[in-house]
Parts: sequence; C-alpha cells; structure tokens
Amino acid sequence: MPSPVRTLEAVTPALAVTGLAKRYGAVEALGGVDLEVAPGELVGLLGPNGAGKSTLTKIACGLVRPTTGRVEICGAPAGSASARAVLGYLAELFRFPGWYRADELLDLHQRLAGSEGGEAERTELLELVGLADARGRRVEAMSKGMQQRLGIAQALVGSPRLLLLDEPTSALDPVGRRTVRALLEELRSRGVAVLLNSHLLSEVELVCDRVVIISRGRVVAAGTSAELARHGGVEVETADGVRAFPAATREDAPRIVAELVEAGERIYGVRVVASSLEEIYLAAVEGETG
Amino acid sequence: MKAVPIIVGYAFRESLRRRVFLVVLVLTIAFLILFWLGNHYAFRDLAHVGPPPGIDARTFAGAFIFGLAMFATLFLGVVLTTFLTLGVVRGDAERGLLQPLVVRPLGRSTLLFARWLAAVAVCAPYVLGLYFAAMAITGLTGHWWPDQKVVPGLELAGGVALVAALSLLGSIFLSSTANGIAIFMVFGAGLVAGLLGTVGHALNSHTLERAAKVAAWVLPFEALYQDALRGLTANISGLTGFLLQLGPFGGAYTGGPLLRLWALAYLVLVGSAALFAFSRRDL
Repeated sequence: MPSPVRTLEAVTPALAVTGLAKRYGAVEALGGVDLEVAPGELVGLLGPNGAGKSTLTKIACGLVRPTTGRVEICGAPAGSASARAVLGYLAELFRFPGWYRADELLDLHQRLAGSEGGEAERTELLELVGLADARGRRVEAMSKGMQQRLGIAQALVGSPRLLLLDEPTSALDPVGRRTVRALLEELRSRGVAVLLNSHLLSEVELVCDRVVIISRGRVVAAGTSAELARHGGVEVETADGVRAFPAATREDAPRIVAELVEAGERIYGVRVVASSLEEIYLAAVEGETG
Repeated sequence: MKAVPIIVGYAFRESLRRRVFLVVLVLTIAFLILFWLGNHYAFRDLAHVGPPPGIDARTFAGAFIFGLAMFATLFLGVVLTTFLTLGVVRGDAERGLLQPLVVRPLGRSTLLFARWLAAVAVCAPYVLGLYFAAMAITGLTGHWWPDQKVVPGLELAGGVALVAALSLLGSIFLSSTANGIAIFMVFGAGLVAGLLGTVGHALNSHTLERAAKVAAWVLPFEALYQDALRGLTANISGLTGFLLQLGPFGGAYTGGPLLRLWALAYLVLVGSAALFAFSRRDL
C-alpha cells in the first residue's frame, strides 16, 4: 500500500495558479489566470508580447507580487523559501557577471541553492548544455548563445522540481535549440515539470505536452495540440488529383479510402487536415501583436 | 543567514575582479604621498611663522591639517561605499543580474543585509586604515597627535556605514545614476550644514547653530564627523581651541554617547525601511 506522503506528492501539482491577477497602476497585466502544471509535464506558455507571460512567470518565482490570486509551487506559496528551494528559473533578460567563469557561477548557485552536488553536478550540467569545454571560460568571453545555455545550466542547479524558462532559446542557433529540446525531453523523463515561455511555436509544438495561450492577461486556449486543433477534413490523392472531404474526420478516413477503392480509384496518399499550432495561436489571439 | 558569507564573498570577488581594490589602493597611496608632502612643508615652514600671542602654532597647524585628512578620509570612504552599493537593487535588476540570485532560497533580507555587510567590511577597514595612516604622517612629521586617537576614526567608519545603508535604501527606488547623485547631494548637504553650524558658532547665531544641529542629526553621518573633529582637539582650550572651532575642520559641536546611540538607531531604522521596501519591490 503506498504511503500517504507518496500519494500526496503524486497529486500535488508542480505549479498551481488560481485566479491570478496583476495590475501595474492602470495597466492590467493579468486578469484572473488559472493554470496547472503536473509533475513531469512540459507546458508551453504562448502569447503575444505584453500578454502577461513573463509577469506570470515572475510571480511564480516570487520576483513580482500578485495583486490577487494564488500561486503554489509543489504545494508551497510562491516566493516562500520552500517554493524557491524546488524551483529553477531562467529570466528572459538575464545577465551574469562578466568576470565569473562558468564553473564559478554554477558553484555560487550551488551554494545559494544548498546543493551538495559539488563538482560532479557542475560537470553534468555543463555537459548537458554542451559547455563542457567552456567551464573555465569567463562569461564575458562567451557568445550570447553560450550564455543562454549557461543560464539553463544555472537554472538546473540543485535538481529543481519545477523549471520556469522564459524564452530560453531566443539567442540560440538551430543546433543550440536542438540541444535544449533534447534537454527538455530528458528533464521530462526525470519527472521535472517545465513551464516554457516562448514565441517559437515550432519548438513548443515539438516538445510540449500541452500549450496554454494567453492574450491580454487571460488564458484564451489550453490543451494539447491535438485537442486545440480544428479539423479541416480529409484529403485523398487519386489519379485524377486531390479530392477533398471537408466534413470528414480522422475516423472517416479508412471508410472513404475503402469506398474510393471499391469505386475503382487508385489511391496515392491520404491526409487528415488539421490546423497547425500557428493557426490555433493566431485564431486564439485574434491577430493581436505586442 | 547561511547565505550571508556567500553573498559577502560574491561582493568581495566582484570588487577584486573589477580591480576596485587595486584602483583604490593606488589612489590612496597617491593621496597619502601628497598628504605627507603637505605635512612636510607645512611643519617645515612653521618654524618661520610668528603666531599671535596665545596661539600654539603647532597645535593649530596639526589639528587643521589632520582635520583636512579627516574630511578626505570621510569623502573617500563615502565615494567607495556609494559606488559599491548604488546599484545593488534596481541597478542590478535592470541589468538582469539580481533576478537569478533573488529566486534562490536565501531571501531578500539576507541578500540586502549581506550586501551592506560586504560594503562595510571593505569601507570601514579602509577608513580606519586611512585615518591612522594620516594620523601617523601628521604625528611623525609635525610631532602633533590628536587628543582622542581611536574614537574619531571609529566615528568616521560609523558614518560611512550609515551612508552605505542610505545608499542601499536609495538603490531600491532609484536607478544607479540617480542614486549616486542623490547620495552625494545628501552628503554635500550634510557638510554644508556642518559648515553652517561653524559659521553660526563664529557669529554667535543660535538660529544657525540650531538649524545645523537639526540637519546633522537628521543626517547622523555628519554629526559623527563633527563629533570626530571635535575629538581631535577635545582638550585644547584658550584662543587656539576657539580659533580651531571657528575653522572648517574644527568640529562645531560634540555629540557624545547620545549621538552614537542615535546613529545606531538611525542605522536600524534605515535598514528596516530598506528591508521592508525591498520585500515589496517587484523585480
């Protein structure tokens, strides 16, 4: 029989946001957001510039105080020492002191996070982000992409249970993005929950279990890509060209193919038409840009 | 509080790597050489001066020139502490340096206290070292030593610790540049208030003296400085003592133990205000 503690851990979300609102004077940054990220879940947070994504992330980190609402990290109130102890964070606009070496920076954060991982943890993290050869290099001598990868390594110090990443791949080249994608998948397999705030829809679509779309401080869509996708019918490529069945769903495809074959058509390809994440996003935010 | 030494070490390392200590050391040595030259020529020429009756020329010259060193010591200490603390909160937050530290479990109050401690740990020994070096130069060159030797130095160091707290408080609300300007203006206002008190003393204007006293107690680093200056010539009376008190480096009034208690309370008040403001600050 599982222990009560284990059961409780299993149901406690890594991030639970309830009725979260934030005002900066007359400006409403968030207007009542509800959101949950389960342990080991990778959730993409999408929205135009100024939609409130970074504000939400900062409130979860304890950097910004909410006007109303509640945010809990693994059951602890956001901003509390218990919440910060299980959290890793990479800000959108971050900088590390240029005079620090990569290894020294991780060492500083290990000591601040109370991590006892020592050199082994630092080595593992630098290898994970592809900076094993740069552990003695000063931050000021690193490219922006290397600094961003170092930022991700810093966020992973102390084995956090929830990782909040605000635009972690904005300065990365395609190879760097692939490294981060692989890293996120590895983290998911280790049970680390991730809230990924990004403008790169293709990245989010590739790695995230669910997406949450925010516009004007409110959640306007949430779910898996499949749940959010709008079906556009079935297209069948025949000898006479492409034949469209706009009202058909994925489940109708075998029947349509069987009927066409029975009618003597030669089938070269079948495609279930669904809207892409980009189309879902644009429809959700109604063309809003920051 | 386990994180305090980590943050203090971080601040030390930053100063070391940015060559702050090197620059301060080189310029301080240059200052001390110039100060020694000033002492050398002042006391050499003293032999040819025929002072008015009732004036002890050596005491007058020694107290005046060491009073000048006291001002320089306070000024350099304030410059150092201000530049070490002026961007700790808003400045570092705007540059994105603060957020990665604040999200760690150490807590904002620990971070702020550690940054103050780091500044004081650098500036207080610096002020004391400069103070005693200047005293040794004046004493060995001119054969004049102040009446109180240790307390004035401690008061100067205390004044610099107060400025560090004010600068940290300012750094929560102001950008680095604005905070630096604000701190130096407050420092300048304190000095002007002190000089105003001296003028009031010379003119026997109780209103001026009272205004200067109020200003000095509102800015206790100035009151500590005045008290320290007075301590140099605490036992000198007669015309020499009177003339020294009229000068800019004479010390317009004494604060005594009450002033030191107030300075401590002021430090606690400013520190508490800074901790409260930082705890509510969105970053």
